[in-house]
Amino acid sequence: MHYSLWSVLREGLSGGKGWTPAWRDPEPKAEYDAIIVGGGGHGLASAYYLAKEHGLTNIAVIEKGYIGSGNVGRNTTIIRSNYLLPGNIPFYEHSLKLWEGLEQDFNYNAMVSQRGVINLFHSDSDRDRYVRRGNAMMFEGVKAEYLDREGVRSFAPFLDFDNARFPIHGGLLQRRGGTVRHDAVAWGYARGADQRGVDILQNTEVTGIKVEHGKAVGVETSRGFIRSRKIGLACAGNSSRVAAMAGLRLPIESHVLQAFVSEGVKPLINQVILYGAGHFYISQSDKGGLVFGGDIDGYNTYAQRGNLYTIEDVFEAGMAMWPGLGRLRMLRQWGGIMDMSMDGSPIIGLTPIDGLYVNCGWCYGGFKATPASGWCFAHTIARNEPHQLNAAYRLDRFATGHLIDERGTGAQPNQH
Amino acid sequence: MRIGCPYCGERWNDEFVVLGDADAMMKHPAEATFALFYDYVYLRDNPAGRHRELWYHQGGCRQWLVVTRDTLTHAVHGVETARCAAQDIEAAS
Ligand SMILES: Cc1cc2nc3c(=O)[nH]c(=O)nc-3n(C[C@H](O)[C@H](O)[C@H](O)COP(=O)(O)OP(=O)(O)OC[C@H]3O[C@@H](n4cnc5c(N)ncnc54)[C@H](O)[C@@H]3O)c2cc1C
Ligand SMILES: [Zn+2]
Repeated sequence: MHYSLWSVLREGLSGGKGWTPAWRDPEPKAEYDAIIVGGGGHGLASAYYLAKEHGLTNIAVIEKGYIGSGNVGRNTTIIRSNYLLPGNIPFYEHSLKLWEGLEQDFNYNAMVSQRGVINLFHSDSDRDRYVRRGNAMMFEGVKAEYLDREGVRSFAPFLDFDNARFPIHGGLLQRRGGTVRHDAVAWGYARGADQRGVDILQNTEVTGIKVEHGKAVGVETSRGFIRSRKIGLACAGNSSRVAAMAGLRLPIESHVLQAFVSEGVKPLINQVILYGAGHFYISQSDKGGLVFGGDIDGYNTYAQRGNLYTIEDVFEAGMAMWPGLGRLRMLRQWGGIMDMSMDGSPIIGLTPIDGLYVNCGWCYGGFKATPASGWCFAHTIARNEPHQLNAAYRLDRFATGHLIDERGTGAQPNQH
Repeated sequence: MRIGCPYCGERWNDEFVVLGDADAMMKHPAEATFALFYDYVYLRDNPAGRHRELWYHQGGCRQWLVVTRDTLTHAVHGVETARCAAQDIEAAS
């Protein structure tokens, strides 16, 4: 069923009796042309683009829970492409361009809101760092704007500009950045993939990967063995566990990142604002709650919950940037398991096993990458070689020394 | 999460700094091949379950510890000093 103003009016007048489920709940087939393990944003987008761009429609997405139960439904929904390094900017910019046309493309309201992203800076050297980043973006044709103190004040007068320790000197603005309704992204891709014939198998856990003579031949699941010669792994925080089923060790550690939502208030903050002195980012949802987060807890974990000291740390950074925050009550808090890579950048590419492809290492930043990640992963799986946009994200870059370390912290996943 | 330091007793984990997989980082292979170096720097088992990891008691005795912790429940199953753990690793190799 096509969604449009007319379908809303028609269904509104007929008591909504004509709405049909947005995707089927099929029985698994014995064999598929391609299997995607993990029904998060990246897995669903990969299946969507495999069907749409590469004409492969006999595909299954295998998800152990329900779609959207992982990080795609847990993140703070920020999208942007204000990166520094050559491997990253073109990829994230491609993603932002796909976001801009996504809702028309998959006929689903994902509430893409390009409200602008402002990164604050607090000292001269901090400013130079952001100017360098802005210049790097402009080299790649991505618009970035320098804001001085008064420029920032015109957007967000409530910030603590004269904080004794970290006064606000200005900011780097990317107007095309913003937020997206995260679970609508999972639903929109799922519906679009399903319409093109993709089977979405929920509550089906992959428990083994069968490899014969160096070639992937299928997966063991909680609903039996399913054959396929192309298997793409998009398991985010569980990537190491699933790759281990094929005997692979990844340059990944799993860590928890927490997110927080305040009580709902009237429109207060119109952009996404990132604090430069600590790690803190905040925006306001359409329901009025302030949505924010900060650092990961720092220790390996698969428990989707964090500890109090991180909460304290995030709130301290928030209060330093915006003292008025202290007048609001926090309503909700949760955690998601992040696939932290050894250089802080993602991996989309081939593996030493024929027909097995991996998509992981998203750290904090995988939501904004969802469209481009699916697009590139689909290309990689269909053609058995990476697209130019994800060529730098190869798994073997760690062995060859071609790291993409935005933060310059080295092989220490909890520092990225 | 609380960690029982052999010197300081049970303390909140915000007194500690965590470095990561102890077994991966405390290995001292006899020969330093490229493959072993790559393994040591980049590859991790990243298990769901018991994990031996290096923690530094920065806000206390400033000793390095090897903590055995469950990554699914956060329960701490054992703590020893990194010095003892290193001797054990050496004796075993
Ligand atoms: C609190 C928080 C805030 C964040 N904020 C942002 C942000 O503002 N901007 C941004 O760009 N990014 C953000 N991120 C990161 C982003 O959410 C992730 O990088 C991204 O969602 C990961 O890709 P995914 O959607 O495919 O993951 P997921 O949704 O986690 O999908 C992986 C799926 O694989 C499934 N799976 C795992 N093992 C198996 C198995 N054995 N068999 C079958 N299925 C399996 C899981 O159940 C899961 O559904 C945030 C993350 C968190 C946790
Ligand atoms: Zn101590």
